[in-house]
Order: sequence, then structure tokens, then C-alpha cells
Amino acid sequence: MGHTFAEKILAQKAGLPEVVPGQIVEITPDAALSHDNTAPISGIFRKIGVSDVARPDIHVVVLDHACPAPTTKHAQNHKVIRQFVAEHGIESFYDVGRGVCHQVLAEEGFALPGALILGSDSHTPTAGAFGAFSAGIGRSEMAAIMATARIWLRVPESLKIVVHGRLREGVTSKDLALHVIGDQGADGGLYQSVEWHGEVIEALDQESRMVIPNLMAEMGAKNSYIPPDDVTFQWLEGRARGPFEPVYPDEDATYARVVEYDAAAIEPVVAKPHTVDNVAPVREVAGTRIDEAFLGTCTNGRLSDLAMAARVIEGRMVAPGVRLIVIPASSEVYLAALDAGYLRTFVEAGGVVESPGCGPCMGNHMGVPAEGEVAVSTANRNFRGRMGTKESEVYLASPLVVAASAIAGKIVHPDNL
Amino acid sequence: MSIKGKVWKYGDDVNTDVIFPGKYTYTVSDPAEMGEHALEDLDPEFRFNVQPGDVIVAGKNFGCGSSREQAVTCLVTKQVGAVVARSFARIYYRNCINNALPAITCPEAVDALENGDEIEVDLEAGEIHSAKGTFTFPPLPEAVMGIFEAGGLIPYTRKRLGVGE
Repeated sequence: MGHTFAEKILAQKAGLPEVVPGQIVEITPDAALSHDNTAPISGIFRKIGVSDVARPDIHVVVLDHACPAPTTKHAQNHKVIRQFVAEHGIESFYDVGRGVCHQVLAEEGFALPGALILGSDSHTPTAGAFGAFSAGIGRSEMAAIMATARIWLRVPESLKIVVHGRLREGVTSKDLALHVIGDQGADGGLYQSVEWHGEVIEALDQESRMVIPNLMAEMGAKNSYIPPDDVTFQWLEGRARGPFEPVYPDEDATYARVVEYDAAAIEPVVAKPHTVDNVAPVREVAGTRIDEAFLGTCTNGRLSDLAMAARVIEGRMVAPGVRLIVIPASSEVYLAALDAGYLRTFVEAGGVVESPGCGPCMGNHMGVPAEGEVAVSTANRNFRGRMGTKESEVYLASPLVVAASAIAGKIVHPDNL
Repeated sequence: MSIKGKVWKYGDDVNTDVIFPGKYTYTVSDPAEMGEHALEDLDPEFRFNVQPGDVIVAGKNFGCGSSREQAVTCLVTKQVGAVVARSFARIYYRNCINNALPAITCPEAVDALENGDEIEVDLEAGEIHSAKGTFTFPPLPEAVMGIFEAGGLIPYTRKRLGVGE
């Protein structure tokens, strides 16, 4: 009998001939990702009472959540982390300004086909776009991995999503992912390994692919997987940390469910306040007044995202009274966008370009909305209070819709700008 | 172990941003202070009126969103006895086990129980007793029961590594 991606990779990592959904296995991750929460994690690690980190070579620490530090308290937090990684020989440490952890993990060549990655961040599934098994865990669990290098995982059931046809002009992978979340619901992939197949996925470039597993966290998924192919291998050239062995599901694998979508039926969408599965076509909310347009995050802060936004914004001005906040996902993206002239385009249009990191996504700093304000954002979460105050509203959309809305001062379909 | 208290009833998809707002994640580090923000953006009354042993009863996908463990810690600080839900988001579920907060999947109890009901949860027997009836739930898988019984992942890891008190 055939096996899904999750069953095959977890059997391999656990050193078992085969595993079945529901089985608990114990593994050592190939990479263990943490961010600003490494400070509290280091505190929990100390409580365990062992002197050394078991496998400093598997830990990757990226400062991104509040960077550079907006307050003394945040700065103290960063200081604790710098001391901890130095003390324990964690060499894969990326200080403020390098970028959002999921983007940095990819750029630094840790997100590899066939790798098993765990991160103390809910958007860790992002690396599944490279064919890795990548899942989020909690802080105590990361501290326990520091102490033992081991963790238990339950083998998940798998959901197979097949997308046929071709995406229409102006419809992005963000629209595709939000469309599916709206259809399946916030728990549509709960505990599951969500595999993406079909010619639409194959036709996406690597950056656009990363949007999809990133957003599967919002459907409850444990991990999400896109089969690695030449597009992936090319992106990894010069980036991969070492050799890798892709893992593919068997043709006759057993899935909990298989759902199919016709890409031609998908149009630009938004997730309306205050849940990610509250999805509607852009045309239904067109005309909604906005105060802020935010372009960035681990979902849509990559070069291709900035490029499509810059094409919309070039030669135009941001609407009076609207703030356009642009945050490249990494220093690599920042420099490439600088060279390509996109950053100039944003600033000349009246936008604000800020240093790489998570920015206002979870309400820390760098452009949070006021009470009563409305933001349209390329991020992945719009829960009440997410951007700082529960008295604000956040619409999630593609970079095209966010850029067009910044110019119009209201939510608008890019075709109608 | 028996848990006795009053029901605090909520709906579907209660996310970690409303259980413990993201803006506090790096400014509030003391567990006692975390408790003072518990459910702040969902039910402003909760943190002032919850009593030790009280039980949160909610719909599907409880704890979705961010992996932040403070969304469990803040309830442990408030001595919440258990969370009973139709289903749990997976990282939240793991965080509950790792902090020895009983996370009970029991749709029948969610259907029947209402805000303010007095209930008693018997973890060994896998039963919830109330005036509305008795509801049963399956025990934790054996492989993770050890973590729960040790009082959470950190004491469990200490025990496993043979680290003394």
C-alpha cells in the first residue's frame, strides 16, 4: 500500500519501515527554528538543568519579531539571545535586519527537500514549499529539543488538494490560498498534512509557492507540502546547505480527503475582519475606505511581491491620508528591490520603506493602526487585536490588491484602478 | 484527579491573539502578569472573575493562530481546571499537554453545557459530570500521557535526563 509524503518522511526520520496516521514517533529535527522567543526558550532550557545544548548545529535563530528593538524591554530580550547563542555555540544566528525567520531559513539553505524542520512559530509550514516536512511547535518543546534533540510527533492524516487549469491574469497564489481557506474553513486541514498538486502549482515560481504552505497554518494544518521540482532545485542552487534527498508521496497513497479546484474560477479575494476564513471577492468589498496599506511579512514580502506592487504604484501617488508601509522580508530582498528601483518607486509615491522583519503584523511596531482605522495587508492573520488594537479592522489581500488600494484610498480591484 | 468549577462558554475558532494578545509577547514575561491578560480581547470579565477549577468550554479549533505558549500559561496561572472543546488547534493542544493543562475533546459536552453550569471533570475515568448529564472522553495516547502525568514537558524532560531537583 502506498504512503503519503508525511508518512514516508516521518517513517524515514524515525528509522521505521513504515508508519500509519495516529502513530506517535520520536525524531531529531534537521533544523530547529526560533526567533525573538529564543530568550524565554533559553529560560525554560535553564530550568531543565542541563549544561549544554544537545545539538547546537541544528538550531537556527533569527531575530525578526520586533527588530530593531522598539523598547528597552525588547532590546534586553535580544541581548539575552545574543549571549545565549554565543555561550552555547549556536552558529546559525541571524541578528536584527536579516529578515523574517521563514524567509531567512529558505535563503540560508535550511529549507530543503526531504528535511524535517520544527519551529517555535506557527508559520513554520512555509518551508513545505521546498518539499520539507515543516511544522510549528511551542516554546517548551523547543527548550526540550535544546536539551535532548528529540521530540514526539503524531503522524498526521493527509489532505490532498489538486488545482487544475491556469490562474487568471491578476490572480496570485495568495488569492488561491485564501480562496481555499474560505472554502475549507479555519479548521479545514486541522492536524493534517496538506499536500498541493496539479499543473497550477507546478506553474508557480518558487516565491509564489511559499505563500501557500505559509497560509496553511490558517487552515489548521500541521504541515503543508509542495512536491519539489526543477523550479525548486534552481532556486536552491548556491543556497542549499548541503545535499538533499527529495521525498515524494506514492501514487497510490491513502488520503483522508482529496479536493480539486478549477483555477479559472478563482478571482482576487480578501479575508475580511476578523478571521482568515472570512473570504470574499474583492469586488464585494470594493470601496471600503482604508487608512493603511501594509506590504510585507513572511507571506508576501518577497521580491516578486514587491515587483508586482511596484508595477501598480509606479508613476502614481498614495492616496492622501493613507499610509503605505513596505517591509521587505529579508535583507536579500531589500537589496534586490533597491537595485530594481522598487524601493524608489514606493518612496516617490509617498510610501514608507522599513527595515526587514515582521513589523506591524502582530502589533509590535512600525506602523500599527489607530482605533477605528482600517488596514489592508499582505499578511496572513487578521484576528481582532492582531495589529495592536481590537478596535481596528484588517483585510488580508494580495500585493496587487494592497498596492492598488493604497493608490485608490479604498479597497479596489487592480483592474479598476 | 478531579476538577470542579463553573463553565465559561465561548464559540468556534477562539484564536491565541484574543487569548493572549501578540503585543504583550515580548513585554510581559512573568506568568503571574500573563494571567492578568487572559482572554483580554475575547471576554474582558474573565480575568477578574474566573475562579480556580473553572472550565472553559468552546467550539471547534480552540487556540488557532499563533504558537505562543503564553496563551496556555495565562490560563494555567489563573488555575483554569481544563479546556473542553469540540476540537483544538494542534500547536495549542501540544502546548496544553506540555503545561499539564487538561485539553479535552468532547463535542457532546460542548453541545450540552452552558455558561455558568457547575461541572466536575474526572480525568482518570474520562468523564464530565453535570446537571445536564455525564459525558465521556477518550484518554490521552499512552505515549504522551507520561508528559501530562509528570506535570508537563519540562519536569518530564528533567526526569528523563535524570536531572535532580
